[in-house]
Amino acid sequence: MVTEKDVEHIADLADIGMDSGELAPFTQQFNAIIDYFDILDRVKGEESGVRDLYNVMREDDPRPSLPQKDVLSNAPASEDGFIKAPRVM
Amino acid sequence: MTGTLSFEPDDRFNAFLTTCRKVSHGSGRLAGIPVAVKDNISTQGIETTCASKILKGYIPPYDAHVVRLLKEAGAAIVGKTNMDEFGMGTTTENSAFGPTLNPLDTSRVPGGSSGGSAAAIAAGMVPMALGTDTGGSIRCPAAFCGIVGLKPSYGRVSRYGLIAYANSLEQIGPMAKTVTDVSTLYSVIAGHDPRDSTSYDRSYNHIPSVEIKGLKIGIPQEYFGKGVDPAVGNVVQKAIGTLEQLGATTIPCTIPSMEYALAAYYVICTSEASSNLARFDGVRYGPAADVKKSWHDAYRDVRRAGFGEEVRRRIMLGTFALSSGYYGKYYAKAQVARENVRADFSRIFSKVDVIAGPTMPTTAFRLKEKSDPLSMYLSDILTVPANLAGIPSISVPCGKVAGMPVGLQIMGRHFDDERVIDVAYAYEQAVRA
Repeated sequence: MVTEKDVEHIADLADIGMDSGELAPFTQQFNAIIDYFDILDRVKGEESGVRDLYNVMREDDPRPSLPQKDVLSNAPASEDGFIKAPRVM
Repeated sequence: MTGTLSFEPDDRFNAFLTTCRKVSHGSGRLAGIPVAVKDNISTQGIETTCASKILKGYIPPYDAHVVRLLKEAGAAIVGKTNMDEFGMGTTTENSAFGPTLNPLDTSRVPGGSSGGSAAAIAAGMVPMALGTDTGGSIRCPAAFCGIVGLKPSYGRVSRYGLIAYANSLEQIGPMAKTVTDVSTLYSVIAGHDPRDSTSYDRSYNHIPSVEIKGLKIGIPQEYFGKGVDPAVGNVVQKAIGTLEQLGATTIPCTIPSMEYALAAYYVICTSEASSNLARFDGVRYGPAADVKKSWHDAYRDVRRAGFGEEVRRRIMLGTFALSSGYYGKYYAKAQVARENVRADFSRIFSKVDVIAGPTMPTTAFRLKEKSDPLSMYLSDILTVPANLAGIPSISVPCGKVAGMPVGLQIMGRHFDDERVIDVAYAYEQAVRA
């Protein structure tokens, strides 16, 4: 059972943005879905088995890539060949 | 054989988000054939939105691997098809640009999430199209619209250029009116691509065969049990009877892990989605983030305005399932459940060649019928096991209930796509004759 406060916290973690009006219905649907997920409690075992894997990494050699102009073409704001982002500090 | 094709369909079903009126094409196996592409597959120079406001106006600077292969085969890419936003849905109603209607009955949904591709084929606007299938998104609309759709074995088609939703589950696959066309389109898109680290070197050069004498078909009781419309079950049983007349034998089986497969699927796909969709923050593409605000506030504004309700719900569910204190209860358990699904399939496939059952538990829903999210999720119960196990699965039309089409689903061993295509082909040719 998660509360409206939990849902607000998850929305914060995910940078989703939740209006106060949608909090109640969202919490209700969220709980119905999570209740259904509880069927996983019946699954025995804690960890899934390790499966054979092999390394598919390539050598770290430069390869042709997109021109800078194309890479920036969808960015809402750029400056001197860089993408502009909101301030972090 | 090279030339130009004009494409101006009467799209009264809202199957397309973008159409290309004049398309030049090359020569090759698909020379001059109009092919539609789901809008989550990158097409250089053609807007690609995933049916989301957050990608409105996004013009990919490169082609997905499958799109390059289509062009090299001479196909004319005539448009981008509607879908549930980011592939999250079973009806195509979750598109930010309005629902697609089922061409067979416009009061009903075409299924989803590749509903635009299925409707475009069913309405005769294109002979073939690409879809993507994370938990049934090719097979469901194929069943609801009365066409053929293949979810390939995981690893057989490159996902390079597919805008990711749940990487460990999804595959791009062919959709068409006939099994032959599905097979032809598959032969163009399958094969190794070094740019997708999960891609295998397994090309597909098969010509479908109707020979299924001696084939052993597993019939899982769960596919005809609770939650499956008995009328749909009857139509599918009759279709399996046709396969028996062609020389196949049936063997009853059970998939006990089906009990929790759907919950495992939704935990895994939402977890992967919460990570994948973190990239949509209005910095590299999409509506501009306010660079004067602090980054949390700026991202939150963009994502609140840009994502639809179901996408936000799934990002939240995944964030929750992966969060500290809940990881062991949800994500870790879902991975164990996934192993159990794989184990059930490998046990059954040691005794049978393919598994058959209905694709969907019902025929196409009415528009807005599935307004509660959980009841929509539950309708994916018969398609998600193949994605969890990574095995190939095809849906082929096998009759109707009250005028709406029913899909026969054939699942096979990993990389045995040729066999599921043969069984679908044998059925299709037998009922056509």
